[in-house]
Amino acid sequence: MSDVAIRTEGLRKRYQLGARASAFRYGALRDTLSDLLAAPFRRAAGREQSANGRAPHIWALDGVTLEVRKGEVLGVIGRNGSGKSTLLKILSRITRPTEGWADLYGRVGSLLEVGTGFHPELTGRENIFLNGAILGMRRAEILRKFDDIVDFSGVSKFIDTPVRHYSSGMYVRLAFAVAAHLEPEVLLVDEVLAVGDAAFQRQCLGKMQDVSQSGRTILFVSHNMPAVTRLCSRAVLLTDGRISEDGPADTVVSRYLSAELGTAAVREWADQASAPGNEAVRLKSVRVIDADGRPVDSIDVRRAVGVEIVFDVTAQKYQFVPGFTLANDEGQPIFNAIDTAPAWREARPPGQYTTIGWIPGNLLNEGRVVVSVALGTFVAGGRSIRQAHALDVVSFQVVDPGEGGTARGDYPGHWPAPVRPLLQWTTVRR
Amino acid sequence: MSETPFRVGPPRGWEALDLAELWDFRELVWFLVWRDVKVRYKRALLGVAWALVQPAMTMVIFTIVFGRLAGLPSEGVPYPLFTLAALLPWQLFSGAVNGSSNSLIGNSALLSKVYFPRLIMPLASVAATVVDLAVALGLLVVMMAWYAHAPTAAILTLPLFVVIALVTAFGIGLWITALTVKYRDVQYLIPFAMQFLLLASPVAYSSQVVPDGTARMLFALNPLVGIVQGFRWALLGTAPPTLAVMAPSLLIATVLLVSGLFFFRRMEATFADVI
Repeated sequence: MSDVAIRTEGLRKRYQLGARASAFRYGALRDTLSDLLAAPFRRAAGREQSANGRAPHIWALDGVTLEVRKGEVLGVIGRNGSGKSTLLKILSRITRPTEGWADLYGRVGSLLEVGTGFHPELTGRENIFLNGAILGMRRAEILRKFDDIVDFSGVSKFIDTPVRHYSSGMYVRLAFAVAAHLEPEVLLVDEVLAVGDAAFQRQCLGKMQDVSQSGRTILFVSHNMPAVTRLCSRAVLLTDGRISEDGPADTVVSRYLSAELGTAAVREWADQASAPGNEAVRLKSVRVIDADGRPVDSIDVRRAVGVEIVFDVTAQKYQFVPGFTLANDEGQPIFNAIDTAPAWREARPPGQYTTIGWIPGNLLNEGRVVVSVALGTFVAGGRSIRQAHALDVVSFQVVDPGEGGTARGDYPGHWPAPVRPLLQWTTVRR
Repeated sequence: MSETPFRVGPPRGWEALDLAELWDFRELVWFLVWRDVKVRYKRALLGVAWALVQPAMTMVIFTIVFGRLAGLPSEGVPYPLFTLAALLPWQLFSGAVNGSSNSLIGNSALLSKVYFPRLIMPLASVAATVVDLAVALGLLVVMMAWYAHAPTAAILTLPLFVVIALVTAFGIGLWITALTVKYRDVQYLIPFAMQFLLLASPVAYSSQVVPDGTARMLFALNPLVGIVQGFRWALLGTAPPTLAVMAPSLLIATVLLVSGLFFFRRMEATFADVI
């Protein structure tokens, strides 16, 4: 079928340990020579060599089979060392796989690191040509796009100044401008968003959106999960060189973060004795649910999400005011909430209770939200006692599918702060 | 519509050379040469001066040591001209070997970030040395005018000898480059080898002083002998290199180039992993 952009089959890549990680990453001729001399003796001595020779090795990629359709924007996520960069290096032909193969349909361009090949002594203009050629552009093509590149970079005033006089921001912008105009059929992007200021990141994201809307394929490797969920329709999660999840970007991101944080959308305590609580109350479960009452890992930023707390009261002894605290994945608190209904200010009768607190749509910002729940008792002096408390018990992902109707409007860039309510705006012109 | 995809697979040992791809990237070769030259000659006077100082100083030293003190014969040509005409191909050769040997390590950042045929790097650095030759030729022209030594029709063959020198240097450079990436200590052997090669080539002395017999046969195995003699003949009109000298030079140049290309191609797959 011709709607495939990339197809890989059983890609594996082996690195010699120490060949990559240590400062002595290259061999020395004398080592090889002395090894050759020593080899017969070593064998004679009955010492076993490892299967591949001398050094221990790792499989940076261990059987990646993947098909990317044309026009698809695929996010590649995973921990450091999970094989993301190796995958991109193979697809961009920088290195060859040890086993397996990848078929590439059309020109592949990569933004593995912007500014590669810039020479500090050359002017901006000269570097545009040099860098363009390095990235695989023809001279005629660069000439044609030259003005666009300069405009996009915003450094037109300094275009005839050697780039060693540029600030690092100008340098990166110019470099990205060249790369962004490469117009490949398949674009590989690795963490470019990690550099540059907020304005530059916004420009990068905008450009990537343009590229994806023009029907070209993008592979986006990033640790920026909100960016992945916003830009990518699909994502794969790499774990130890293998694809461990493949599916809609929000689901995969959500599973990844759940695993990373050790929390999922649902937490149930099977053993009541060890559940959070005391002699009068025990938590049974905490779940994150959508409007239909189904547990959800990720929620559309526009829709309400509920935190459901189920608990057993065994003795009518205390008041139990249910409440929870939300924080983002960096531990920054978002807000606190308690159920203020007057009924709960009395000692609660025994029985099983299910309390749901609804968080309205268009309140939380995108990203991971971690929930801690508590059942509290107010005591004299304006203090409270936590009778049952579960810290960081469940979590969920807030995603913006980029369809509008949110506080973002059509702005695709970085959106700081933990909340982003959709406000009512009025403007009067006099 | 059906497209033929490009397949990325494991290296298969000795692989065919992809000359079509190299041709696709010809503009990059040009841009890299242009970069090297531009950066070197950015401060025009200083750049030109550097390209002149080295052959000029060597010429002066050789003239004093070998021409005056040792009194070596110079085939009827003033000794400074005699040795300068040989220093030009020598510097072209050593510059090209050094440049191509360092081309991959010097551009390792590029190598591990972007794909292009790796052959382009040594190719561009060899090509860039031609500019230095052109500058140094200017010095020779001035010297020839000073000594009122007119060139002969043999000067028309000069480009041929330039090409032979470049091909030889490129072939050696490819071997060294590919080996250096894997075995860094190879680069410590190069200055020593170059020093030996300079003394084994008729730069400071005339080929005619080499005695007949085994010594001359070994001497002819040095591919630089034919090149140096050819330069001298083309520029100064001294004795032309004989077929007995040129044939081994050409053969060795060809063998070095072809084997170098294939060896480089074989090693190419591992460059990004070990550099």
